[in-house]
Amino acid sequence: MTTSPPIIGGPFLKQSPSVSHIMLVVMLALTPATLYGLYQFGWPAVYLFFVTVGSALLAETAWLKMAGRPVWPALHDGSALLTGWLLAMTLPPWAPWWIGVLGSLIAIWLGKQVFGGLGQNLFNPAMVARVVLLISFPVHMTAFVVPTPFMDLNAPGPIESLAVTFDYGVGPSIDALSSASVLGHIKTEVGRGAEWTAAFSSTFEMRGFVFGAVPGSLGETSGLLLILGGLLLLGARIITWHIPVSMLAAIAVLAGVMNAVDPLTYPSATVHLLSGATLLGAFFIATDLVTSPVSPLGKIVFGAGCGILVYVIRTWAGYPEGVAFAVLLMNAATPLIDRYIKPRVYGRTRRGEPLVPEEAVK
Amino acid sequence: MKLFRIRGGVHPKGRKHLSEDKPIANLPLPELLHVPLQQHIGAPAVAVVKKGDAVKKGQVIAVAQGTISAPVHAPTSGTVNGLGRYTAPHPSGLPGRTITIRTDGRDAWTDDLPAPMEPFTSSPQAIAQRVKDAGIVGMGGATFPSAVKLNLGDRYDLHTLIINGAECEPYLTCDDRLMREHPADVATGVRIMARALEVKRTIIAIEANKPDAIRRMRQAVKDLDGVQVVEVPTRYPMGSEKHLTQTLLGLETPARGLTAEIGAVVHNAATAFAVYEAVVKGRPLISRVVTISGEAVTNPANLRVPIGTPVAQLLEYAGGLKTEPERLLLGGPMMGQPLADLKVPVVKGTNGVLALSGLEAATKSVKASCIRCASCVDACPCGLVPLDMAAAIRKEEMEIATQSGLMDCVGCGSCAYVCPSNIPLVQYFNYAKGRITYLQRAEHKQKETKRLAELRTERMERIAAAKREAMAKRKAEQARKKAEKAAKNQHQEKATV
Repeated sequence: MTTSPPIIGGPFLKQSPSVSHIMLVVMLALTPATLYGLYQFGWPAVYLFFVTVGSALLAETAWLKMAGRPVWPALHDGSALLTGWLLAMTLPPWAPWWIGVLGSLIAIWLGKQVFGGLGQNLFNPAMVARVVLLISFPVHMTAFVVPTPFMDLNAPGPIESLAVTFDYGVGPSIDALSSASVLGHIKTEVGRGAEWTAAFSSTFEMRGFVFGAVPGSLGETSGLLLILGGLLLLGARIITWHIPVSMLAAIAVLAGVMNAVDPLTYPSATVHLLSGATLLGAFFIATDLVTSPVSPLGKIVFGAGCGILVYVIRTWAGYPEGVAFAVLLMNAATPLIDRYIKPRVYGRTRRGEPLVPEEAVK
Repeated sequence: MKLFRIRGGVHPKGRKHLSEDKPIANLPLPELLHVPLQQHIGAPAVAVVKKGDAVKKGQVIAVAQGTISAPVHAPTSGTVNGLGRYTAPHPSGLPGRTITIRTDGRDAWTDDLPAPMEPFTSSPQAIAQRVKDAGIVGMGGATFPSAVKLNLGDRYDLHTLIINGAECEPYLTCDDRLMREHPADVATGVRIMARALEVKRTIIAIEANKPDAIRRMRQAVKDLDGVQVVEVPTRYPMGSEKHLTQTLLGLETPARGLTAEIGAVVHNAATAFAVYEAVVKGRPLISRVVTISGEAVTNPANLRVPIGTPVAQLLEYAGGLKTEPERLLLGGPMMGQPLADLKVPVVKGTNGVLALSGLEAATKSVKASCIRCASCVDACPCGLVPLDMAAAIRKEEMEIATQSGLMDCVGCGSCAYVCPSNIPLVQYFNYAKGRITYLQRAEHKQKETKRLAELRTERMERIAAAKREAMAKRKAEQARKKAEKAAKNQHQEKATV
């Protein structure tokens, strides 16, 4: 007969999803946008993606070995894989290999493990890495290329692409294909005194823009596929609507208002919502479970904060894109949000006082 | 009827199909019955029989002690085999005071059974007294003495009696069967309780997954005024007293308070049946319906079991186990307790005996780190943040855990059920609740010791002062006498001179 088990508190039934299941669903949701990114940026993007993800796994393994902790359970939960994946999504697709490796080391070691591993980190590891890279290597981190899908005549083959990613042998010059991202281009042109619409339409086609055939980071360009992935996450109940909706709404409202005030200088809400890392950020990055608040209202505050900061940084700060900065700043505010915004406890007022019943005691 | 939404909750697989179509069968009388003296919340009953005494079915064998307590009756006729300590239905498996009866197989009723009462003309006080004498306690598992809850009308303005037929725990079908097989009796019990409480309105709440019970209970109450059967959504923990009240009335019970404070009293459907038996037939609570279920049980069943029957007998009746169970439980899988031993007896609060197979039980899952996914926050029906509470408890910061609402936790286990990291949250909370009780006791003891010590010092000082005073008085007296004597002597001397 079974002996008395060590844990005597119920429940003795479990809902099936585990941590690795959650990570798996997130990766599944990322897949369409990732495949599209790899397709349209070609072999260099494929190399960079695998280098980044691979080094994230190696970084995790190395740290666990050094710390004398069991390696397999931590690798098995899939969080390192996902961190590497998310980081790769935010890198310029033709960036050199060492950007991916360095980024993964920063993400896993400085972003996660120094805090004590999964669940303990204050900041989104992928965004920590991205910001460190952006500040340290601004040239490499803003070298975007025109999409050159696999069947494109200008697309580099697998061998030539080695030259792009690994700086080896002879390959196509990045300069030949280089281009600014949508937000970068608009920012530069508007800075010169041009109208944003002229700058936008002279370079980009609206249809390609919606689907994602524009220069940008590896996985951020296809708004449509990112929304699809986001809906999948919502449907699988991995994330709730609060953060994406409040973040996108904050950006849309601010962009809408500013665009109405000065339609020539401030790009429309559509451009803000569909360009840069807005959608990737709203569905996959700001919603990172570990580093976002836990209460529904807290999530709304967090999402709105991210949205406002994104718009402010894009519009008035030095960088054309601000999702990474915005998310990190709001990550820092998360403990504070969680401390002050909690769900109302049953039978108590919001301030924690017991409710006073209407029918008084006899 | 308009229902109100409750926060959170979960949807575990009901798995009621295993036993819901098995009619209630009478378990054959076992040879020995082990009847514990503590089958309820409150003070244990005190035995009034001794070894060797012959007892009849329904005879009082232990009397209630204090206001919150319940008497215990002999479940059948036989001889008292002994009064001793026997494994109690508690996860610790520690022994508790128990009366063991050797049954004689005649199942003869005592002659002292109280006379049947006229249910709808008796006074509320008489009904409550009868319920108290019959040893009836909350049969949903909480085992709070029912008579105490029937007297709440003395202190609160009550308007609604809620009969909890939600049976939201997976597997359990005993209340379902009772309502389907004895709807009229349950309805009578409900009316008697409504009379005792002097409420105008009665709601019998049944979860939507029991359509037959709903239909039959509706049929049973269709001619009654002020009694209605309401279908409530199938969502755990719908059967939680506070949450059921909120669903039906839209009112929240104040924190740490009673539902009576908002005018409602909740009783279980099986309790209503026991009240019917006690009032209309004069029979005390000596048996109850128990569900035996789980994938590891050969023939799941609903059995009417004499109190004190060892669990092993129930499993034997159900054809034994077809596979080695992963978990043996007393009660439902969400809030029940692991069975320490198969010789543990069925008590008044035992609603189920479950043998879960490996596929059903969550035992093999590995505990991982909290990833702050907030599933527990969304699942908590009480609006708590379980992950914060667990983090505080892990650091032994009981004060922070209390501030986070630990004492508002009803222990339903929804949080642990959804946790992807398999963190045993309920285990943490139970530990902390015990720890806090201990700390409070220690603090109380310390304060009390200090108070008594201070009182003693004060008393000693007073005594010393009184002594000093007495001494001084005596001295003064002596001095006075001396002086008087001296004066007298002088006077006499003068006279002689």
